[in-house]
Amino acid sequence: MDDVRDRLEDILRRVFRPERLEVVDFSAAHAGHDGARPGGQTHFRVEIVAAAFAGQNRLARQRLVMEAAAELLHGEIHALTVRAVAPGESGGP
Amino acid sequence: MSETIHERIQRQIASDDVVLYMKGTPVMPMCGFSAAVVQVLSHLGVPFQAHNVLDDPELRQGIKEFSSWPTIPQLYVKGEFVGGCDIVREMFQAGELVPFLAERGIVVTERA
Repeated sequence: MDDVRDRLEDILRRVFRPERLEVVDFSAAHAGHDGARPGGQTHFRVEIVAAAFAGQNRLARQRLVMEAAAELLHGEIHALTVRAVAPGESGGP
Repeated sequence: MSETIHERIQRQIASDDVVLYMKGTPVMPMCGFSAAVVQVLSHLGVPFQAHNVLDDPELRQGIKEFSSWPTIPQLYVKGEFVGGCDIVREMFQAGELVPFLAERGIVVTERA
């Protein structure tokens, strides 16, 4: 089975080598909405701790994650909620 | 010659201080993420111009390319791309959104 969540997680691990990473499929909360599909796997939440985010503002951090996941975002993934922090920062996941 | 979609977006973000590209309308948002941004702006009493991308497939695709940002909603302030729902929500919760708007001359009538 083609698991979008696993592919997303693989990509993020490869690109960012995160200290911590959590990818949650919350498509069920959006069932029936615009962009949702019967099989789910369209809406994800990512919590990631990686050195790449140090010194970057919110917009730059999100862009880094969006760019890494660009292929999936142009296809299967409809919405991606991102919480990206650098190691040692307060408010980490 | 007719205006290209990028020219149209450029004109839209120049003609209003706060511009939100969203799914649905402020009164009837069609997506939870769009609704969340509307809620934050309304809570702060920030006047904004909304553009419904669901009414306009060209705008829906065009704004993604224009901002190099793959999802809707998208918020612009004084012609500058601020971000999507996560960023607006985080800025609001961190108490950064009001000063961000105030620095750009946007009147916030209700403080969080």
